[in-house]
Amino acid sequence: RTVKYSSTGRSNITKVLIANRGEIACRVIRTARKMGMQSVAVYSEADWNSMHVEMADEAYSIGPAASQQSYLSMEKIIQVAKVSASQAIHPGYGFLSENTEFAELCKQEGLIFIGPPSSVIRDMGIKSTSKAIMSAAGVPIIEGYHGEDQSDQYLKEQAGRIGYPIMIKAVRGGGGKGMRIAKSEEEFQEQLESARREARKSFSDDAVLLEKFVHTPRHVEVQVFGDQHGNAVYLFERDCSVQRRHQKIIEEAPGPGIDPEIRRKLGEAAVKAAKAVNYVGAGTVEFIMDSNHNFFFMEMNTRLQVEHPVTEMITGTDLVEWQLRIAAGEKLPLSQEEIRLKGHAFEARIYAEDPQNNFMPGAGPLVHLSTPLPGPSVRIETGVRQGDEVSVHYDPMIAKLVVWAADRQAALKKLQYSLHQYNITGLNTNIDFLLSLSRHPEFEAGNVHTDFIPQHSHDLLPPPSATAKEVLCQAALGLLLQEKVMTNAFRLQTEGVFQNCTSLPHLIDQFSPFASSSGRRLNFSHTRNVTLQDGKNKVAVAVKYNRDGSYSMQIEDKTFEVLGDLCNEGDCTYLKCSVNGVVSKPKLIILENIIYLFSMGGSAQIGIPMPKYLSSASTEGIQGSTLAPMTGTIEKVFVKAGDRVKTGDTLMVMIAMKMEHTIKSPKDGTIKKVLFKEGSQASRHAALIEFVEEKSDEAESKLNPGRRSDDK
Amino acid sequence: RALLLGRAAAPRLRSYHGDAVAALGSHVDTGSELYQENYERMKALVTELHERAERIRLGGSEKARKLHTSRGKLLPRERIDRLLDPGSPFLEFSQFAGYQLYPNEEVPAGGIITGIGRVSGVECVIVANDATVKGGTYYPVTVKKHLRAQEIALENRLPCLYLVDSGGANLPRQAEVFPDRDHFGRSFYNQAIMSSRNISQIAVVMGSCTAGGAYVPAMADESIIVAKQGTIFLGGPPLVKAATGEEVSAEDLGGADLHCRKSGVTDHYALDDSHALHLARKAVRSLNYRKKLEVTVEPSEEPLFPLDEVYGIVGDNLKRNFDIREVIARIVDGSRFDEFKALYGDTLVTGFARIFGYPVGIIGNNGVLFSESAKKGTHFIQLCCQRKIPLVFLQNITGFMVGKEYEVGGIAKDGAKMVTAVACANVPKITVIIGGSYGAGNFGMCGRAYSPRFLYMWPNARISVMGGEQAAHVLAIVARDQKAREGKELSSEEEAALKEPILRRFEEEGSPYYSSARLWDDGIIDPADTRLVLGLSISATLNAPIEKTSFGLFRM
Repeated sequence: RTVKYSSTGRSNITKVLIANRGEIACRVIRTARKMGMQSVAVYSEADWNSMHVEMADEAYSIGPAASQQSYLSMEKIIQVAKVSASQAIHPGYGFLSENTEFAELCKQEGLIFIGPPSSVIRDMGIKSTSKAIMSAAGVPIIEGYHGEDQSDQYLKEQAGRIGYPIMIKAVRGGGGKGMRIAKSEEEFQEQLESARREARKSFSDDAVLLEKFVHTPRHVEVQVFGDQHGNAVYLFERDCSVQRRHQKIIEEAPGPGIDPEIRRKLGEAAVKAAKAVNYVGAGTVEFIMDSNHNFFFMEMNTRLQVEHPVTEMITGTDLVEWQLRIAAGEKLPLSQEEIRLKGHAFEARIYAEDPQNNFMPGAGPLVHLSTPLPGPSVRIETGVRQGDEVSVHYDPMIAKLVVWAADRQAALKKLQYSLHQYNITGLNTNIDFLLSLSRHPEFEAGNVHTDFIPQHSHDLLPPPSATAKEVLCQAALGLLLQEKVMTNAFRLQTEGVFQNCTSLPHLIDQFSPFASSSGRRLNFSHTRNVTLQDGKNKVAVAVKYNRDGSYSMQIEDKTFEVLGDLCNEGDCTYLKCSVNGVVSKPKLIILENIIYLFSMGGSAQIGIPMPKYLSSASTEGIQGSTLAPMTGTIEKVFVKAGDRVKTGDTLMVMIAMKMEHTIKSPKDGTIKKVLFKEGSQASRHAALIEFVEEKSDEAESKLNPGRRSDDK
Repeated sequence: RALLLGRAAAPRLRSYHGDAVAALGSHVDTGSELYQENYERMKALVTELHERAERIRLGGSEKARKLHTSRGKLLPRERIDRLLDPGSPFLEFSQFAGYQLYPNEEVPAGGIITGIGRVSGVECVIVANDATVKGGTYYPVTVKKHLRAQEIALENRLPCLYLVDSGGANLPRQAEVFPDRDHFGRSFYNQAIMSSRNISQIAVVMGSCTAGGAYVPAMADESIIVAKQGTIFLGGPPLVKAATGEEVSAEDLGGADLHCRKSGVTDHYALDDSHALHLARKAVRSLNYRKKLEVTVEPSEEPLFPLDEVYGIVGDNLKRNFDIREVIARIVDGSRFDEFKALYGDTLVTGFARIFGYPVGIIGNNGVLFSESAKKGTHFIQLCCQRKIPLVFLQNITGFMVGKEYEVGGIAKDGAKMVTAVACANVPKITVIIGGSYGAGNFGMCGRAYSPRFLYMWPNARISVMGGEQAAHVLAIVARDQKAREGKELSSEEEAALKEPILRRFEEEGSPYYSSARLWDDGIIDPADTRLVLGLSISATLNAPIEKTSFGLFRM
C-alpha cells in the first residue's frame, strides 16, 4: 500500500472521502456514484442538514462550524477516512486542496490524495518558487520581486524598480486573498499592511511578493492533466477575466478571440509547465494576457478549479472521473490528439452578495429558490436547496450555472435565458448583475479583461430606476390576492372547523359574503390606498374594488384596469394577470414585507412599507452608532471611548465571510463606547460603536453647556 | 388535517338528482318597451342614489377634512377601512341620516358612520364619529343613529367598536339630545347592558371625548387611546378654568399619557391612528369569540339571472304590477325557491330559499292582502319560527283589502293574525321595501315598528299611511260632505286646491330619503345589491342564538 504513486501501481478505489462541502462535494459524489464508488462526506455542525450530506453514502461529523475546527482539521478527516475505510480523499477546491502537509499526511497514512504529489503543491504554492521553476523551464513570466527580504523599505525599493502600479500578493495566497494593488508610492505602505494582515489571517504567513501590474490584462488559464506515467495534456483555455474584488464571477471556454495558433501555444506552454514539475492530476496554469495576446505565467493551481465545468462542456469530459482514474494509477483517458474542442460554454457564479453595495457578501436563508430546468446543455452545480441557509462560515457561492451551445453567441443567449429562470429570494444575490453583465455589448463582443467591471460599472450597476407602473400594479394585485388567500384560510380556521367538520360540515360559516374580500361598500366603490416601496420612493396606488372583481388602480395620473388570479405550478406561485389588457404570468413571491416578481422581462422587488408601530428599533439602527455589516469577528479596534473622530476615519476592522471589512466613522464626533473587543464575534446589524449624542440632544446640551462650546 | 379542510370546503348536500329543484323566474324580454322604460327610470334613481351617496362619503367640508388630515389623523371612513379585515365588505347603515333634515345645515351621514364589518374574522358593529362634520358633535339624528347601531349590536350580539372623535352633545340642540330616554345617556346605558351580556365593547379614542363622551372609553371593556390626539375628560380646559380657575392643557388634562400611565381610564397607548386600529384588531382577536351557526349552510350559488334585471322588472311606477317571483329569482341562490301554498292566497308569495348558503323564508307581496293571503302568511311565519329559519320580507303593499265583503269575511282578524305572527316571531326578520309601504300592509309585512333586525328601502320605494292620491281623495270626500251639509258644492278648483298640498306633502314625506334621513330605515340600497345586503345582514343576525317563539293569541 505504500507504492501508490509508483509508475506501475494500479489501485482499485471503491470508496472515496470528500474532504469538502457545498457544490463541489456534491459534484464529486455524483461522479463517484456514476463510477460505482461509495462516497463518504464529512460535515461541520453548520452543515448537518446540507445537500452533500444527504447525497453521500455515508457522512461523518467533524466538528464545529468554524472551518479551522472542521473542514481544515486534517486529523479529523484522516480519522474519518480510516473509520470509513476509504482508500482515497478528494479535497475539492479550497480548504485542504492545496495543503502540502495534508497531501503528505495522506501519503503517510496510506491514503490516496487526489491531487499532485505534495512537493508539487508546495513548489507551486510558493509563488516565487513556482516562477523560478517556470522561468527555468522556458515558460514566459512577468517582472516582479519574489524575494526573502520582506522589510518594508526593501519591498518599497523593489516596487520602485518594477514600477507602479504594482501588485502586492501573499506568497501563499490565492483566490484574491491577501492581494492588493498600490497605484502609487503613497498608497504602498497602507496596501502592504492590509495584504499582510489578510495573508496572516488566511495562510498564517504574511510574506508577500510584488508583481508588475499589467493594465487591463486578461486572465486566461489552461486546464492541464498529468498521469503517473509521465504524460500530460491540455484541455484548452478558459477566460476568467471578468472579476470583482479579484474574484472570478463569469468564466468561459474557449477564450473569446483567441485564434487556434495562440491556443496551441498556450496549451503547449501549460504542458511544458506541468511537465517541468512532473505534474499528476488536474491542474490549472494561469496566464496573464495583454491586449496583443502575449501571455505570461502567473501561477499554477494544483487542484480542480471552480470553473472546471466549462472545460468539461467543450471537451465532453468528466474531469472528476479523470482525477479519480489517474489517482488510481490509470493512464490519461485521452491523448492530446483525441481531445477536441466543441462549441462554447459559460459559467456564471451565483453568489449571495450585494452588487449595489460593493459586492458585500451576504448570508441567510434561501427562502425561495427555483432554477432553470437542468439538461445536457444547462448544468446547475449547487450544494443548496430551497430552505437551506447560506452560512456566514463559508464561501457565499450559491450555485454555478453552466451552459453550452454551438457558438459563443448562442451560449450567451442561453445563459441570459437561464439566468432569468434562476430566482432566489431571502437574500441578495448577484443574478441581476450577472444578467446585465452578460447583456453588456462589450461582453457580447468578447472584449473582456480584468478591469471590465470597474470600467463598465456605470452600465452594469445602474442606479436603481423606477419600476414600471404596470409592474407596480402587478405587485399590488399580488398583494391583494395573497390577502384573499389568507382570508380564505382564516374563515375556515375561525369558524370552528376543526371540531365540527367531520360530523357537521354544514355548520361552518364559509359562504358569508363578509368573508369574500370583495371590498364591497354600499352605494359607492371602495378605494383603498396601498403604499408600495419602490427602491427609496414610496408609491401610492389607489386601488378601486370594482363590482366584477377587477380593480382599477391609479398611480399618479394614470389608471390601470387590473384583474387576475394566483395559480400554483409545482412549488411556485404565478400571478396570472391582466393590466390594461396585457396578459402576463410572472412568478410571485411575497415574503414578509417584500413582493418579488420574476418574469422574462426582468425581476422586480417591491417593498411593503412597515407601519411605524411594527418596525423595530433594531433594523433602524441605534442613532449615532455604527452597525456590523454582517456577522463576523472584530479583528482590530482603532478607537477608544472619548476619542474624537472625523467622517471616514477607520474605527474597526472586521473579518467576515473570509473578507476584511473596514468600519469607518459615519460622522464627525466623539466615541462614547466601543461595544466589541478585538477577537469577539458581532452579529449582523449589531451596533459596534456608540457615539456621544450631540446637538440633537438638547437636554444634554443644556446640562452641559461647556461641552457644547467644545464642539464649536 | 388538510384533507379534512378540503372536504369541509365544499359540502354538497343536494346530491340526488331527484332532489333538484326547478329554477324560479324566467328570462325577461329585455328588449320590450316596458322593460326598457322601467330599466331606464330605475337606473336614473340608482344613479341619483350613488351620486348623493358619493357626496355623503366625503364627509365634512374640504376645509374641515384638510384640517383633520393635516393633524395626522385619518378620515373616519379610512379608519374603518383599516380596521376591517383587508377587502372585507362593510354593511353601512343609514348613509342618509340627517339628509336635508336640518334647515340650512348639512350633516353628512348624521356625523357618524355605523355599520357591520369583519375585524379579525369577527363580525362587529363599528361606530365612528366624523369629526369633519360639525366637530363630530351629536345632533339628534346622530344620537338616534348611534343608538340604532347599538340596538343592532344588542339584537344580533355583535361586539362593538367605537372610534371616538367627538365634541360631545351639540349644545344648541341640547334639549333634543340630552334629557329623554332615547337620548345621549342611553348610549352608555347600552354599553353597560351589552357588556353585562358579554357583548364586547371596545373604544378607540382618536380625538376628543368630552363630558358625557368620556364615558364611551370609560365604560368600554377595553380602550385604546392615540397619543397627542385622543383626550378624555369630564370637563375640558375652558370648563375647568371657569369652574376652578385652574389652567391646564388638554393633553395634561386628559391625554394618552395621563390615561395610560396615571388614571387608568385607557388600557392601550397608540402612537397614531394606524397603530390604534391595529391594537383594536388585536383586541378583537383576543375576544375568544366564535360565531355559532344554528342553521344549515349549503354552498352559495349566484342566481341564474343578472341582478340588475330587477330594474327593468320593477321600474319606478308603483301602480304597475310585476311578479314578485321574478325579483326573488334574482336574489336567491341558484334562483331556487321552494314555494309554500303556491295555489292559495296567491297575492302573498311564501317559500324557502337560500341566500349565500343561508336558509331563508321569503314573504313577498304580489298584490293586495286578502284574508287567505294573511292566513297563509301567518302559517308560513309559524313554520319558519318552528324551524328557526330567518325571514325575509319583500314589501310592496298597498294594504289589506277593504270593502263590505271583506269586512264580513273577517279580514281585520285575519290581518291581526299575521300582524301577531310578525310581531312575535323570534327568528331574525329582515325587511326590504321594494315598492309601496302603506297602511296596515306595513304592519303585516314587518315595518319598522315590528323590529325587523334590519330594514332597507329601494330608491323607488314610498312609505306613508296611505297613498297620496287616496289621502287627497279621502280628504276631498270629507270636504265635499261637509259642504253638502252646508248646502254648498265643492268646485273642482276648490277640490284641486285642497288636494294639491296633500299630494305634495305625501310625495315629499313618502320619499325614501325623507325616511332614511329620520332613521325610519337602515338605509337606501341599490336593488342590484339586494342579494348582497341580505347575505351580509343574515350573516350578522346569525351571531345571536335564535330564540324559541311563543305567539300571542290568534283570534279565530
